[in-house]
Amino acid sequence: MIPLSWVVTTSAILFGLGLYGALSLRNAVRILMCIELMLNSVNLNLVAFSRYLHPEQPRGLVLAIFIMTVAAAEAAVGLAIFLTIARNRTDIDVDNIRLLKG
Amino acid sequence: MVQLAWLVPLLPGLSALVLAFWGKRLARDGDWLGIGAVALAWLLSLGVLADVAWRGAEGSVGLEWARFAAAPGQAARSLALGFQVDALAAVMLVVVTSVSLAVHVFSVGYMEGDARYKRYYAMLSFFTFAMLGLVLADNLLLLFIFWELVGLASYALIGHYYERPDARYASMKAFLTTRVGDVAMFVGILLLYRHVGSFAFRDIFAAIEQGVIPAPSLALAAVLLFGGAVGKSAQLPLHVWLPDAMAGPTPVSALIHAATMVAAGVYLVARAYGIFAPAPQAMQVVAWIGGLTAIFAATLALVREDIKQVLAYSTVSQLGYMMMGLGLGAYTAGFFHLTTHAFFKALLFLASGSVIHALHHVQDMHRMGGLLRKMPVTGATWLVGAAALAGIPPFAGFWSKDEILLAAYRSATPALYWIGAAAAVLTAFYVTRATWLVFFGRPRDPHLFEHAHESPIVMTGPLVALAVPAALIGFWNSPLADHAFSHLVFFGEAHELEPSLTVTGLAVGGALVGVLVALAIYAWRVVSPAAVIRAAGPLYTLLKRKYYVDELYHWLFVQGTVALARLCAWFDQVVVDGLVNAVARFTQGLSEGSQLVDQHVIDGAVNLAASGTVAAGNQLRRAQVGYVQAYALTLFVSVVVGLIIFTMGG
Amino acid sequence: MLSLLIFAPLVGSLVIALLPRERKDLLRRVALAFSLVPLVLVAIMWARFDTTTQGMQFVERVPWIPAVGIQYYLGVDGISFPMLAVTALVTTLAILVSFTIEERVKEFMALMLLLETGMLGVFAALDYFLFYIFWEVVLVPMYFIIGIWGGPRREYAAIKFFIYTLLGSVVMLVGILALYFQSGLGTFDMLAIAQQARLTPTAQYWIFLLLFFGFAVKVPIFPFHTWLPDAHVEAPTGGSMLLAGVLLKMGTYGFYRISYPTLPDAARAFAVVMGVLGVINIIYGALVAMAQKDFKKMVAYSSISHMGFVLLGLAAMTPMSMAGGLFVMISHGLISPMMFFYAGTVIYERTHTRMLPEMSALFTRMPVAATLLAFAAFANLGLPGLSGFAGEFFTLTGSFEPLTSLVAVAVVGMVLTAAYHLMMMRQILMGDATAEAAGHAAAPAHGHGHSASGHEAAAAVRLPDLNLREAIVSAPLVASIVLFGVAPSVLLKIFNPSVQALLSRMGGL
Repeated sequence: MIPLSWVVTTSAILFGLGLYGALSLRNAVRILMCIELMLNSVNLNLVAFSRYLHPEQPRGLVLAIFIMTVAAAEAAVGLAIFLTIARNRTDIDVDNIRLLKG
Repeated sequence: MVQLAWLVPLLPGLSALVLAFWGKRLARDGDWLGIGAVALAWLLSLGVLADVAWRGAEGSVGLEWARFAAAPGQAARSLALGFQVDALAAVMLVVVTSVSLAVHVFSVGYMEGDARYKRYYAMLSFFTFAMLGLVLADNLLLLFIFWELVGLASYALIGHYYERPDARYASMKAFLTTRVGDVAMFVGILLLYRHVGSFAFRDIFAAIEQGVIPAPSLALAAVLLFGGAVGKSAQLPLHVWLPDAMAGPTPVSALIHAATMVAAGVYLVARAYGIFAPAPQAMQVVAWIGGLTAIFAATLALVREDIKQVLAYSTVSQLGYMMMGLGLGAYTAGFFHLTTHAFFKALLFLASGSVIHALHHVQDMHRMGGLLRKMPVTGATWLVGAAALAGIPPFAGFWSKDEILLAAYRSATPALYWIGAAAAVLTAFYVTRATWLVFFGRPRDPHLFEHAHESPIVMTGPLVALAVPAALIGFWNSPLADHAFSHLVFFGEAHELEPSLTVTGLAVGGALVGVLVALAIYAWRVVSPAAVIRAAGPLYTLLKRKYYVDELYHWLFVQGTVALARLCAWFDQVVVDGLVNAVARFTQGLSEGSQLVDQHVIDGAVNLAASGTVAAGNQLRRAQVGYVQAYALTLFVSVVVGLIIFTMGG
Repeated sequence: MLSLLIFAPLVGSLVIALLPRERKDLLRRVALAFSLVPLVLVAIMWARFDTTTQGMQFVERVPWIPAVGIQYYLGVDGISFPMLAVTALVTTLAILVSFTIEERVKEFMALMLLLETGMLGVFAALDYFLFYIFWEVVLVPMYFIIGIWGGPRREYAAIKFFIYTLLGSVVMLVGILALYFQSGLGTFDMLAIAQQARLTPTAQYWIFLLLFFGFAVKVPIFPFHTWLPDAHVEAPTGGSMLLAGVLLKMGTYGFYRISYPTLPDAARAFAVVMGVLGVINIIYGALVAMAQKDFKKMVAYSSISHMGFVLLGLAAMTPMSMAGGLFVMISHGLISPMMFFYAGTVIYERTHTRMLPEMSALFTRMPVAATLLAFAAFANLGLPGLSGFAGEFFTLTGSFEPLTSLVAVAVVGMVLTAAYHLMMMRQILMGDATAEAAGHAAAPAHGHGHSASGHEAAAAVRLPDLNLREAIVSAPLVASIVLFGVAPSVLLKIFNPSVQALLSRMGGL
């Protein structure tokens, strides 16, 4: 049995990579991929804790499935938005998308 | 006939109404209507007098004029107005209508071609209406009402020639001077009403007999009532208006300012004998005012140059006689003098009007002279009137004046007798002087004399008609007629005073002295008038300037009141209104002050709040960079910081 | 009936608001027609008026704001009904007079009708709340009438009028509220408060003083009178007529309707003060009037003088003096509009001046108009046979017993009043028009004649005499002045039951 700490450490590294990518990258598609990375690190966490705390019940597994669904939907919507932005503005560099500036 | 007495004032009243509204559409501006109405009234009043004289009839009618609510615990008050006919009223009716008729007819000639002929006749009729109403009034209220209305007629007729400044001024002066007396009279009436609760003579007399009114109140009320008579009858000290009133047309002077309206004061005192007789102090006042007026005005008549002024002062003087007679308790004598005086003074005025008409409105006696040849009828009738005024027997004035002097002689105050007798001498003097200057001697203005002519019959007719009573009416109260007048108009005094040869002799003698002295100066030139004037010196100036009474009154009352009025107006504008405006300015200043506070302090605070918010917003706006990642970073940092704080705190 | 009477002019005012402003003649006629409605109704009511009852007649009563006891409560008795009649008559005449106004006819006529509603309402309202509303409704239109159509100093006069009378009415409102709370009856019903309220004398005094100030400004009583001459002088003639004829009477009406029946103890306590103020009004007003050069100002001060008689009558509290005071209100409500009509319109439109020294010889220049002015002047100075005398006579006679010395002083006013009227007539009516015209023609400064020839001068002095409209305005005034002067019982009959009721409520002297 792999100790829990290994799994949690892996998950934390994955989350850190995702976070860094989401904050530092310019390309919107990459940012989206980094966000997927963060979501999946959370999934890993959920599955691991579920197995260690309540092996007989699939509580955490259900949550993971939810997140995967939401992530898929989010990716679909996000890609659709980026597609539209790309059509209108030729690139999808987030530095150039600042319509919300006050 | 007595029952129809109310028609007597009504007829001229209706004629006045018709003339005022439709006069212009009538032929001759409706003068015939006025004359006709007065003629009818005259016939009626003769009938009434006959009824009263022979049948002893008396009558009264009345109606309620005003009714008031009842005060708690008292009966409701109501005011009734009514007419009454007794001997006094009946005689007065005949006097008024006779003179009025004569004047109405005379005016057809005198006022011919006048621009306001219609207005003149309307007012003349209106005056007759009001005067007759006054005569018939059975109570003080109605009497006061008509009293004021005759004042209005007098005002309008004195002001008939309102183009002339003197007429304008005289009409105002007449109304105001008499109004002063009227106010006193009004208070007197109120005083009586307060005690009696009625205005009717009958009720007042009854109450006085029962002693309802305390003696001092009664005396005060009587004196106040007499105040009205003083104003109307131009007695001292309110005599100033009557000479000025001569600015009106001469027939008006004859009717209003000689025969009737000015006699209304005397009539009032006679009518109210039941009030005066029980108040001896008031009677004293009446007698002394009358006596003093008689001599005072007679002295002023001595030096007038204007024929109408002589007659005006003579009227004042004769009214003084009447008052004196009344005041001495000789009611019948005083009233009889009113009757005779009405005829002979109206005659004198109309005759002077005839002269003035002939001379194209010259009134200065020094420009006349010798007119008897040119105007025989006018001259002859004037002589009758003059003889009556001078008290030459057997003309009317002799009989009536003799009665008054007799009463004075027999009274407790013989001083009044001597005053009256002296005034009689002066009267004879000035009337002779006037007669000589106008009708005798050389014509002093040949040009005027050439153009003089006898007046038309419409003017001489009334003169002749008036000359008859002026000559004969005195016999009515003479021993020859067994003092018929005294039996008719009887006030309950001890009439039939024992005749005194001294009085009669002195009166006739005095009159003759007056006549002779005047003749000596003006006709025979024993002494020239100029020499007399020089001898009189300052006295002459004093008389000429009418004892400076006009000046005194003008200074004291006219200027005084006007000055007071100006002072009040100044006070009103500067002080009262100034205070209001000061309050307004203060409020305005206060509001401007608060405006400053408002602008800088309160509004400043509001603006500060607003501008602070804007500034804060501007600062905060910088945070909105618009980079999604920046927001996410902020979020992350915040979470981390929050976690740290959370764990540290935990 | 009363509601129709009061609100018909308001409806007229709205109708006028909907009409086009260019059609001036139509506007005028519509205004006149609507002002005739109250007049006709008043005539009908006069015929039906019951002179035997002391109570209110033609009563209309509907709860309005029941929570605080406010009702829509109208009714008239012998005190208010004649005032209603005068208001209806004078407003109609004032509108007729104002036909000569050419500027902003629409607004003027609408305001006049609104004003009429307010005035009629004041005299008919029997609920304090309603009364106060109508009282204030009167202010606003009058403010605009003076302020827009007035003379050169109209703004000053309008603001002075408005602020002064508003101040008065606000103090009055305080008095009314004090009455409402002190009585503790929970109603604004005037009659109920008068009959049932048990107020302590101290409360009565304070409330009386508050109300007194409100009414005193309106009457106006010396020294609160200075708004009046300014307002009168600057207001257009129609406004002056209503101001003098009706608005002043609202003040004395307040004493009759509110102060006296509701606060009898205070009224008795202040009687002498009222009497003294009345006499001051009479004498002081007459003296100040004598010094005026402006005709309208003279008439304004004469109004102050005459209102003093009403105060004197109120102070004496006898049946005759109270009826006399009411009589003066009616009589002056007819005479003073006539005076203002002549001073402000008939003469002013022909001579273009209101200054007495600048006019003369009007008897010659315009005989009929001058004679009617003389009629009005004699009516105003109290010539017997005209209504002015009857009113003054009843007041003075009725007041003589309780206030002898005050009456003895007040009669001096009769001489002063005669004096300034006669001085006025001597100045402007009498005189030599022809000589004057010749003189003017000779002086190049007044070159209104080309040559000084006498004939031309005589023709030039004539001014157009009274026209038909002016005659129509004068006729009802002259007729009623004579009628009430000759037969005062026509009015007394109406006054008496209410005076009796009032006095018995006050418990006599």
